[in-house]
Amino acid sequence: MKFLESVGQYFLLMGRMLSRPEKTKIYYRQVFIEIEKLGINSIGIVIIISIFMGAVITLQTRYNLENPLIPLYLIGLTARDTMLLEFSSTIVGLILAGKVGSNIASEIGHMRITEQIDALEIMGVNSASYLVLPKMLAAIIFNPILTLISMFVGILGGWAASIVTGALSSSDYIYGIQYWFIPFYITYSLVKTVVFAIIITTVPAFFGYYVKGGALEVGRSSTKGVVTSSVLILLFNVILTQLLLA
Amino acid sequence: MIIVDNISKSFNSTQVLKDISIRFEEGKTNLIIGRSGSGKTVLVKCIIGLHEVDQGSIFYHDRNLVTMDLKERQSLRREMGKLFQGSALFDSLTVEENIKFPLDMFTTMTEKEKVNRVNFCLERVSLNDVNHLFPAELSGGMQKRVAIARAIVQNPKYLFCDEPNSGLDPITAIVIDNLISDITHEYNMTTVINTHDMNSVMEIGEKVVFIHDGKKAWEGTRDDILNTSHEALNDFVFASNLAKKIKEKM
Repeated sequence: MKFLESVGQYFLLMGRMLSRPEKTKIYYRQVFIEIEKLGINSIGIVIIISIFMGAVITLQTRYNLENPLIPLYLIGLTARDTMLLEFSSTIVGLILAGKVGSNIASEIGHMRITEQIDALEIMGVNSASYLVLPKMLAAIIFNPILTLISMFVGILGGWAASIVTGALSSSDYIYGIQYWFIPFYITYSLVKTVVFAIIITTVPAFFGYYVKGGALEVGRSSTKGVVTSSVLILLFNVILTQLLLA
Repeated sequence: MIIVDNISKSFNSTQVLKDISIRFEEGKTNLIIGRSGSGKTVLVKCIIGLHEVDQGSIFYHDRNLVTMDLKERQSLRREMGKLFQGSALFDSLTVEENIKFPLDMFTTMTEKEKVNRVNFCLERVSLNDVNHLFPAELSGGMQKRVAIARAIVQNPKYLFCDEPNSGLDPITAIVIDNLISDITHEYNMTTVINTHDMNSVMEIGEKVVFIHDGKKAWEGTRDDILNTSHEALNDFVFASNLAKKIKEKM
């Protein structure tokens, strides 16, 4: 019952969020601020994680590939497709759910307990729209860019690992990443990223928006926001994979 | 003028407000007093529409808040200013941006006009050279003044103050009280102040409403309070030893 109530409350919040903004210009400005806060400030972590993910995929594939009949360039293909299909969207999505999600839940939760949200309401501002919509739009705009960066850097990380460790030659790897390339994989990954962007921003925002109590509850709402959005990312990953690739 | 007509409010099975009717006068400082947990904060939140009432009506002149939809409420709220207990200034904005926020949101003023209005409001609350500071860089008293400046920046018809001098030293508290009172008279606002500070009551209480156990238990002026025979109000007003000694000498 409590679960259904929360789901209903979430969709009511989304309804309020999507109502017409009071002044579009202010919202545009907020979107750019959020792009910097949630997107540009996440480039570093995305690059670091993607380099290591690409490197580890390459090395693990190489060490598990003992059959001499299988050509080594398939390691490059495996690294490319794994990054494109799964890691750059889903794993980066999960990491952003932790970084960005906790930030959003604690920011909005703090605003709730210090009555800043009430202050917005009293001014006649639609607080749900003002606080959540720019974050969601910023993530929808910028997370696909993060995904593309992750794809590029991840594949580059695999190439660097193969050169540094001597696992396979540069030419094999480069041939592998060009071999049997299916452009739709990028579209598939970007569609997932947009759906994950909505989850990563709105779910923690929901937990922060309705927090009651003090600092302890804000911390709890942040944890709940991250855990719930992570689970939803995994669930929608399955649903979207079935819908788009089956 | 605000008329609260027979409102009740419950949370789960606990009835917090019981059939309360009050008339808040225009151009006067109307004080709601009562012990902690008596229901005065819930009453104010109901009056401004942050809580829905279970029954009754709340009239802003002839407009009933209870029957308004969200858009109508948002429109009415642009005529309200509110001073929150913890000031509720936006942490991420400077003092100037905080005060300018409602102007950015709801007016077509030029940037210069907005800055002039911000400076006028800051001068009105006796603050200078704080435009580019963040709320965390201000003292509690200064934060309250900035919050007052933000509350009056759009010339509101109605001003609500929740414990305006909590956490302030007695001298700063009197300054804030007098500032609210002066602004009320200057702009002919309907000001509703929620407090349990008797100094505020005696300083600026033109109309005082005493809430006890969720009911309106007494109504009068600050002068009436000293001579009332209402037992619960007497217990509240003369709770401290100092107040008891003063009453004995009266």
